[in-house]
Amino acid sequence: WLPVVGLEIHAQISSNSKLFSGSQVQFAAPPNSLVSFFDASLPGTLPVLNRRCVEAAVMTGLALNCSINKKSLFDRKHYFYADLPAGYQITQKRVPIAVNGSLSYSLCIDNKMSRMVTKTVRIKQIQLEQDSGKSLHDDTRSQTLVDLNRAGVGLMEVVMEPDMCCGEEAAAAVRELQLILQTLGSSKAIMAEGQLRVDANVSVHHPGEPYGVRTEVKNINSVRFLAKAIDYEIQRQIEELENGGTILNETRAFDSKLGCTISMRDKEGKQDYRFMPEPNLPPLILYDAKSLPANRNHQQVVNIDWIRERLPDLPSVKRAKLVELYGILPEHSFTLLNEDGLAEYFENVIKHTQMKPKKVIGWVLKELLSYLKEHALAVKDSPVSSFLLADLLNLLERKEISSSAAKQVFEELWKGEGKTPLEIVKEKHLELLRDQEELEQICQAVIDRQEDEVMAIKAGNQKVLNKLIGLVQRATRGRSNPVLVKQILEKKL
Amino acid sequence: QVSAALREGRVGAGELCQRCLARVRGTGLLNAYISVAEDAALLEAEEAEKRYRRGQPLGVLDGIPVAVKDNFNTAGIETTCASNMLKGYISPYNATVVQKLLDQGAVLLGKTNLDEFAMGSGSTDGVFGPVRNPWSYSRQYKEKNPSKSHSENEDSEWVITGGSSGGSAAAISSFTCFAALGSDTGGSTRNPAAHCGVVGLKPTYGLISRHGLIPLVNSMDVPGILTRCVDDAAVVLGLLAGHDPKDSTTIQGAFKPFEIPDSIDVRKLCIGIPKEYHVPGLSSEIQALWSKATDLFKDAGAKVIEVSLPHTSYSIVCYHVLCTAEVASNMARFDGLEYGHRAAMKQSTESMYAATRREGFNDVVRGRILSGNYFLLKENYEKYFVKAQKVRRLIANDFVKVFGSGVDILLTPTTLSDAAPYVEFIKEDNRTRSAQDDILTQAANMAGLPAISVPAALSKRGLPLGLQFIGRSFQEKQLLTVAKWFEKQVKFPVIQLEDMKRHDCNVFQHQKSVS
Repeated sequence: WLPVVGLEIHAQISSNSKLFSGSQVQFAAPPNSLVSFFDASLPGTLPVLNRRCVEAAVMTGLALNCSINKKSLFDRKHYFYADLPAGYQITQKRVPIAVNGSLSYSLCIDNKMSRMVTKTVRIKQIQLEQDSGKSLHDDTRSQTLVDLNRAGVGLMEVVMEPDMCCGEEAAAAVRELQLILQTLGSSKAIMAEGQLRVDANVSVHHPGEPYGVRTEVKNINSVRFLAKAIDYEIQRQIEELENGGTILNETRAFDSKLGCTISMRDKEGKQDYRFMPEPNLPPLILYDAKSLPANRNHQQVVNIDWIRERLPDLPSVKRAKLVELYGILPEHSFTLLNEDGLAEYFENVIKHTQMKPKKVIGWVLKELLSYLKEHALAVKDSPVSSFLLADLLNLLERKEISSSAAKQVFEELWKGEGKTPLEIVKEKHLELLRDQEELEQICQAVIDRQEDEVMAIKAGNQKVLNKLIGLVQRATRGRSNPVLVKQILEKKL
Repeated sequence: QVSAALREGRVGAGELCQRCLARVRGTGLLNAYISVAEDAALLEAEEAEKRYRRGQPLGVLDGIPVAVKDNFNTAGIETTCASNMLKGYISPYNATVVQKLLDQGAVLLGKTNLDEFAMGSGSTDGVFGPVRNPWSYSRQYKEKNPSKSHSENEDSEWVITGGSSGGSAAAISSFTCFAALGSDTGGSTRNPAAHCGVVGLKPTYGLISRHGLIPLVNSMDVPGILTRCVDDAAVVLGLLAGHDPKDSTTIQGAFKPFEIPDSIDVRKLCIGIPKEYHVPGLSSEIQALWSKATDLFKDAGAKVIEVSLPHTSYSIVCYHVLCTAEVASNMARFDGLEYGHRAAMKQSTESMYAATRREGFNDVVRGRILSGNYFLLKENYEKYFVKAQKVRRLIANDFVKVFGSGVDILLTPTTLSDAAPYVEFIKEDNRTRSAQDDILTQAANMAGLPAISVPAALSKRGLPLGLQFIGRSFQEKQLLTVAKWFEKQVKFPVIQLEDMKRHDCNVFQHQKSVS
């Protein structure tokens, strides 16, 4: 069986005001407090296009390698629903703002970060359209409550062709799109806040045969659930077909608690949206350096080339730069970019330490990141700042402490009591033992105690030496240099 | 003239307002007004008077009583579109054109009656009842139509105003105000202007903002101007035209208000007479009037030639498809949720929508919505909507060709005949009437061109007949210049209104005084 997955992604544009009206865009504001006359569909009001939204769509289109249509059109899509005050949504059906792009994303094979492969999904188009309001169904009182704050907020709908084959691919593609949108600033793309909504189109077929009937899966609230929902649906379809059943072309909702998709049979039969051109908006004309009229500057029109020149580095470019500059592994660069602010943290540590990047990365990705995850903290809320970590790493680099001591210091720093690494080291007497004699004494003591191990070593089992080294470390409370300890032990044995 | 009188102090703005309001009351039988904003108007007039006394009037329109068709949003004054759907609806904002009038100090007397949602050509299909043509009560009409018996039949002889801006036309014609706003989608300003013996101007599409005008057909609607003479129309146009950022279909670039010269030389003009406008239903009277007008121009030295607009015969059907499609779309917002009428039905959201829309809209509106939705269905879209758009382009190109060949202005009739008696008019349904009556006016809407109806003569029955001039896009100055010249030549008689007896109190019971 060959599963086929396509995605329809709605990204809320990060802008001060809505797509066609001046009311504010803000998450979690009091109900119906951000509604202009136009948003409420008061008769006689007209749409006025928001420039920032157009720029966001152009930036996104360029970042996704699309052709930007210099002339695009707006249409009305009609249906009746409580959260759609005008009875139609203004969207772009005939000629959207951007078409024919692509998105590259990376996938780990067999869940090993060390083996990554790059895949590409084609972007069919990007269109500008209005978001709807929110309706809350109060079944106990048989009423529906409508909040129009979100009605009219600008959306970019990004349509990904069915080039993906499973939940993991879809999740990786969406993750990469999120990073791109966040880097551009065109959308905050946080799924939990509804700024990124993903619907999946899923079907299965046998190789060589035509594509199967597809279903649309909605109500997916996180990237993780996206993969789950898609994989469940693929399984469901395979089982259904193998049992002689058929797949209905329907919409299914993902239930995250049960982990399955459920038919939304009461919604829509085959809706006819009665598309019609939006008569109140002239065609959207964009310019580039060649077509720009002589007397207009970039303030008066939207100039595609002007925007292209100012695009920030996309995630793939940033990753490549990190790998090249610091000699870290590609999979490290992925992790660095996946956490908000981690790459900047890393680079700041590098700036303030003599330790090589290849060693620093270990500290950032293992110590720091695991502590952050354990305490569910974002990088910006880390009690250990990049400066503090740099100080600590300098101590380690200068061999003033051992690495196990450093780990202890880190734990102490995490408490966030305002002490510097040096202070902690002094306080807890974690400095590396410099006194050769004292060290030799301790080593001797250990040798004397561990008769069995000594015999094993003398018999040729070198691995046991590590145990002795560990015991010395423990005896010195991590203040001994393992290399030196090894030398002494070997000399004595 | 009245503006001069105000400036010179011969009459005060307050007194002027009082007199006009009295006139509104006195002509209540006409049912021209839906809402009268007496207290607000008097306050505005008082303010204007203060300004005049200080010698600082805001402009020509300061203190001048005006009326506005009830499909324009007016903050604080009910806006009903003569529909149950919006009965009691008080808009929180002013339409741009209303705001502009108010900013100039105009005194808004009230909102005028119309066909429901501006759908119709008689101003007979609104929920507040039909509008009566003031000429029904003129000496000129009564002389030519002596009533068979006394008071009862007098009431059944009255004629319609035409529509859908009949209330505004009647308001001007009966001297209750000096300028009125209408709307024009297929002829709704020019048609009633012709029937009521006043000037009705349809400006070029995109010249005047539609923000706040409750739309019928977004791609054809324009605010229309009704006045007693062409000069007045030019003044109002100058105050209303220009780009509005709130309406993306208005043209960029500054508009220069103009004054029409007093002495006009028509010798350099080329007038076109489109042969396709000799339509079958055209009354012989209007034919003769049209010829007479043609001769008038010829005798004055203008070049007059016959031209052809070959796609004219398709325009009605084309208009019907495009109009109903946009209507179906524009009316989708009336669901009873955010504003307007809401049915008491609580079974489900859908049933509430259905009941609200059935109760809120009359048959005409519902009929157009159903037609429009049919044309927009996926399987019909190409066949009807797209085809109609293509035909629309052909119609517009007809005009481009003619104007490109050296013709400056087109001269046509505005209506097929003089105003019909109400009892005759209602024998046919709204759709039939609209199809008949719009035929001479709606091509200008399809092409977005400016057009004006000027009163030309009285008919055999003593009722007004108008003629229409159609001009080039954004060439309102030329259009109005020719219109003014014509107006001067024909010297259309002033209506001699007789006192209207209050036959039936029920007729204007609904008319409220809104503060």
